[in-house]
Amino acid sequence: MVTQTRNMLLNVGPSHPAMHGVIRLIMELEGEKIKGVDVEIGYLHRAFEKMCETVMYAQCFPYTDRLNYVSPLINNVGFAMTVEKLLGIDVPERAKYIRVIMSEISRVTDHLTCIGASAMELGAMSVFLYMIKAREYLYELVEEITGARLTISYVRIGGVKADLTAGFVDKAFQKIADVRKVLIEVDELLTRNRIFFDRMKGIGTISADDAIAYGITGPFLRSTGVAYDVRKANPYLIYDRLDFEVPTGTTGDNLDRYFVRMAEMEQSLRMIEQCFQQIPDGAVSGELTGCLVPAAQMVDRAKMGQTEDLIEDEVDLDPTLQGGTKRYHDAINADQKDVVLPAKENTYGNIEGLMNHFKLVMYGHGIRPPVGEVYFPVEGANGELGFYIVSDGRDLPWRVRVHPPCFPIMAALPKCLVGGMMADMVSTFGSVNMIAGELDR
Amino acid sequence: MTPNLTTSKEQGILTPLQRVQEQFSQEVVETHAFRGDETLVIRPGALLAVAKFLKTAPELDFNFLMDLTAVDYLFFAGGRVQKEFRFEVVYHFYSLKHNHRLRIKVPVDEKDPEVDTLTGLWPSADWYEREAWDMFGIQFKGHPNLKRILMYEEFQGHALRKDYPFNKRQPLIGPQN
Repeated sequence: MVTQTRNMLLNVGPSHPAMHGVIRLIMELEGEKIKGVDVEIGYLHRAFEKMCETVMYAQCFPYTDRLNYVSPLINNVGFAMTVEKLLGIDVPERAKYIRVIMSEISRVTDHLTCIGASAMELGAMSVFLYMIKAREYLYELVEEITGARLTISYVRIGGVKADLTAGFVDKAFQKIADVRKVLIEVDELLTRNRIFFDRMKGIGTISADDAIAYGITGPFLRSTGVAYDVRKANPYLIYDRLDFEVPTGTTGDNLDRYFVRMAEMEQSLRMIEQCFQQIPDGAVSGELTGCLVPAAQMVDRAKMGQTEDLIEDEVDLDPTLQGGTKRYHDAINADQKDVVLPAKENTYGNIEGLMNHFKLVMYGHGIRPPVGEVYFPVEGANGELGFYIVSDGRDLPWRVRVHPPCFPIMAALPKCLVGGMMADMVSTFGSVNMIAGELDR
Repeated sequence: MTPNLTTSKEQGILTPLQRVQEQFSQEVVETHAFRGDETLVIRPGALLAVAKFLKTAPELDFNFLMDLTAVDYLFFAGGRVQKEFRFEVVYHFYSLKHNHRLRIKVPVDEKDPEVDTLTGLWPSADWYEREAWDMFGIQFKGHPNLKRILMYEEFQGHALRKDYPFNKRQPLIGPQN
């Protein structure tokens, strides 16, 4: 009698706790060894690119929030800067610094989530809780500025929605210190942890040549020793004025990716601190000269023609609109009336501001870039996040394409997995930091 | 890092766009550098030769195929701008060594949308080309595994084409329209 061995096909996902959302891996196993992997994506496809073609430029921001939902601010910045490149406009210094501060906060939240989740999948539950605690500190900062935690839609074409609040700098320094404490704790828990070390070292290895051939960017590429970072290679905003390093690994395994992410978080925190030292002054809350008038009252007074005393007054707004009133407006928005919404006092208090507002929000009017096409990359938390926009001169984009950093990594996933053990799939997949929102769009 | 584009221009070295144009003057249909993005529109037949040149020429050395997508120009600008071909396949290249970028566009006919695959030169083209096939119905000649990637196999049509209504529903289960 002849014994026969056959490979087994195992279907992992789309509903599997280790699949971070919705991915299906069809694995060919010989015992517990992985012989082949077929990656199936698309379960979270929401037609981002198609929907962007149906709305005006400014209305795309809520969609971009939902691309990478652990660092939505970077997506906002990327999209806004692509449209600004298309329009050929620049934003004020203060807005640039605010964008960098918010992007770096988001990068830290993203890395915290990634390391926390992948450590949890290896059994280190307390690390996950510590990381989520640290992420919470940063989300509180994000919430204070943007009014939301996740679907923030904070960046505007030509600027940002709101200025920093009074006392934000002190709060931010406090939170950064708190996050650093957590990072030290986590470092003690994980870096010399035998179980964690053994399960990460030499697992999921990819060579630098393969990573480049597959178009991989971000921490995944840097873990192989290639120091490519958009913030260094093509500096945008004010990254060229900041002093930071690009941490790299050597072997391109899971452990290196963990080290790269840990080091990057420290660099991001450093960058935020430098930004606070360099940022030009804006208006400070509390230096109000006129009275604070509720929005409805201001509109009523303006309708009745009592506009003389409105010039000094400031409007009291709904919390989601705060921070963009006329005191702050000019420091954080470009001086482009055909792109940037006027300060709310002008919209409510005079006809020119109202017309300007409506010219920008009505279909058939809106922001109208010239005919052309641009590609603009920013460094997302997972790698190069590029937007490619084609304009036909109308108020709706003709084509919006996003280059998602996860996509090439997922294409190369079989390269990392094949030859390894089934149980190691969990740690490798965790280190990819797959975000289904940007992968499937 | 090697000097960036502006300094190389000053030294009289050709930019990637000029270098390709010099090498393939017969195949280049159009060039532009709108907002500094160097772009070449080339004949479909020359794609493989140009791509190979981009990858192997030491002064270009485009080792990254950063992005690959397509654009549908049906009724572009409300019909005011006439394009000879309906689709354009758009390639974004990046060179790690020289830190420069280049965009290559290949016009594709509506009747027989087909271009050569670049999977032999850059493995990253694999999934990007599958996505372009899925969303635009563009065939990539020689692709090893050209099947849908974001949509399901039973999906009818190609969702990012301009004649596909954005609100059309095609659920696998549930109400059909």
